[in-house]
Amino acid sequence: MTQATDNIIVFDKVNKWYGNNFHVLRDINLNVRRGERIVVCGPSGSGKSTLIRCINRLEEHQEGHLIVDGTELTDDVKAIDKIRKEVGMVFQQFNLFPHLTVLENLTLSPMYVGKMPKKEAEEKAMTQLKRVRIAEQAGKYPLQLSGGQQQRVAIARALCLTPKIMLFDEPTSALDPEMIKEVLDVMVEMANQGITMICVTHEMGFAKAVADRVIFMDQGQIVEQNTPHEFFNNPQTDRSKDFLSKILGH
Amino acid sequence: MAETIIFQSLPARPAPVNTEGLVPWVKNNLFANWQSTVTTLIVGGLLLFYIPQFFNWAVLTATTVPNADACRAEGVGACWGVITEKYRLIIFGRYPFEEQWRPLVATLLMVALLVMSCTRIFWKKWLVALWIVVLAAFFILMYGSLFGWLDVFGLSKVTTDRWGGLPLTIMLATLSIVLCFPIAICVALGRRSKLPAIRTFCTIYVELIRGVPLISVLFMASFMFPLFMPAGVTIDVLIRVLVGVTLFAAAYMAEVIRGGLQAMPKGQAEAAASLGLSYWQTQFKIILPQALAMVVPGIMNNFIGLFKDTSLVYIVSLYELTGALGLALNSDADWRPFKLEGYLFIVAIYFAFCFAMSRYSLWIEKQVNKSKLR
Repeated sequence: MTQATDNIIVFDKVNKWYGNNFHVLRDINLNVRRGERIVVCGPSGSGKSTLIRCINRLEEHQEGHLIVDGTELTDDVKAIDKIRKEVGMVFQQFNLFPHLTVLENLTLSPMYVGKMPKKEAEEKAMTQLKRVRIAEQAGKYPLQLSGGQQQRVAIARALCLTPKIMLFDEPTSALDPEMIKEVLDVMVEMANQGITMICVTHEMGFAKAVADRVIFMDQGQIVEQNTPHEFFNNPQTDRSKDFLSKILGH
Repeated sequence: MAETIIFQSLPARPAPVNTEGLVPWVKNNLFANWQSTVTTLIVGGLLLFYIPQFFNWAVLTATTVPNADACRAEGVGACWGVITEKYRLIIFGRYPFEEQWRPLVATLLMVALLVMSCTRIFWKKWLVALWIVVLAAFFILMYGSLFGWLDVFGLSKVTTDRWGGLPLTIMLATLSIVLCFPIAICVALGRRSKLPAIRTFCTIYVELIRGVPLISVLFMASFMFPLFMPAGVTIDVLIRVLVGVTLFAAAYMAEVIRGGLQAMPKGQAEAAASLGLSYWQTQFKIILPQALAMVVPGIMNNFIGLFKDTSLVYIVSLYELTGALGLALNSDADWRPFKLEGYLFIVAIYFAFCFAMSRYSLWIEKQVNKSKLR
């Protein structure tokens, strides 16, 4: 029983198909402990993004059970609403709302989903903007910011829900090399504050620095999972050895 | 030991050829190459030939005396006297002559309301209340009472078949624009719905309406619809026509709006969902503001088209501006030859409204694109 409450996310034989023929997630079994920091890596098309997008039901799984913070994800809209309030997500393409200012992007969800008064929501938003070191840009529109700044705003926006879980879907892949570090710095800081994090990324330095566990996926399956130290220095499968030689080789 | 080279950027210099101002503009746009030069000379020559002639006809030899014989005299150009003589009939149609101050006041109220609604400083909650008040005032002034009740102003009753001219045009255009917009948004969203019943219904609606001409919709509303009503129940022809025009315009508008919805990146809806926003919150706060901003030119195109399409209601014997012109001139043998002047008069009125709408659309575009300026 204690184990069930310790695990904030439980995948139990989860399967998903796109259309009739593309089996994108195959028999996924995964337990994520409260406060654990996980990095998911693997070649493109391996189902990494789909895996984390199932957690807040941006994608629906078709077989198996997926339990997030004690609530099973089904078609039940109430359950989905509850889980989305607890799960923050950061996207590769930032997905900020370009017609709203930075501050409005942040206060939207607290005000309309959390029913928070405007003033309180703005205070909270400013706190989060300070946390990602971008408070001075609050009045600007997203497209007036650089990519790295936009992604930090996106992180702050997700944090405004005070989520229990943060999902990152390749947060640095769309950034210029010079901006990757400023986003990773913010993420490392977050990781040290005890929030549960699942991050799809190829930033191996980040994985080594903060991850409790690295999950390697290929063809819709979890091929290997281990501590970063073990995974990078002593990969167990030929598939992960091949993958690591490609991304670390250059 | 290698020495570090210090990087120094070159200072910015102005462009070598002047690209701004009148002379470069003329050179680039009118005389850029020999084809362009020839076109400029031909078009310029034609303008030089025709503009003085038109000016001569419309101004120099024109007469404004409301006398048909004076207009027929030798050497007289445009006969603006037809306007002086008939303008009240053209602008107010068959509305009783002595009562024409009522449509005048009603129209002025309506235009004032429209101008206010287009101005940012009036975008407050009370504007909605003002709309209700002005619309009620419009109908009380025009009809004499609010369709049977509120008959306390002592105005004589003027049934809708006597309404006409510019008030009718403005009322039909305003109401159908205002009413078709929310319908169009619902239909556009409905065509993208996950629920098959709603999606099918909206698709059928759009395809059915787009498949028939507006004239046939008006005929149906005017002549066929009453046949299906139980005996003794009648709905005013004006309301039937208004509903017909609105439903017709909504189908076209829905497709323009759907174009904007299709152009939205999927990530916007996903981000909104990940933040816990409901479907309607996502649509109203995130998707529609951006989708509508993208299709402002298309929407305004439809509004302008709708404004002019109201002239088709003459076929069901409602004499709006165009119909009232025919009414004014066709029945009068003295003035019938001067239709051209009459048409130029209402062309000027139509153009004033359409040009204002078009300019307003540009202003709106500028407003909604503010967030994209760096």
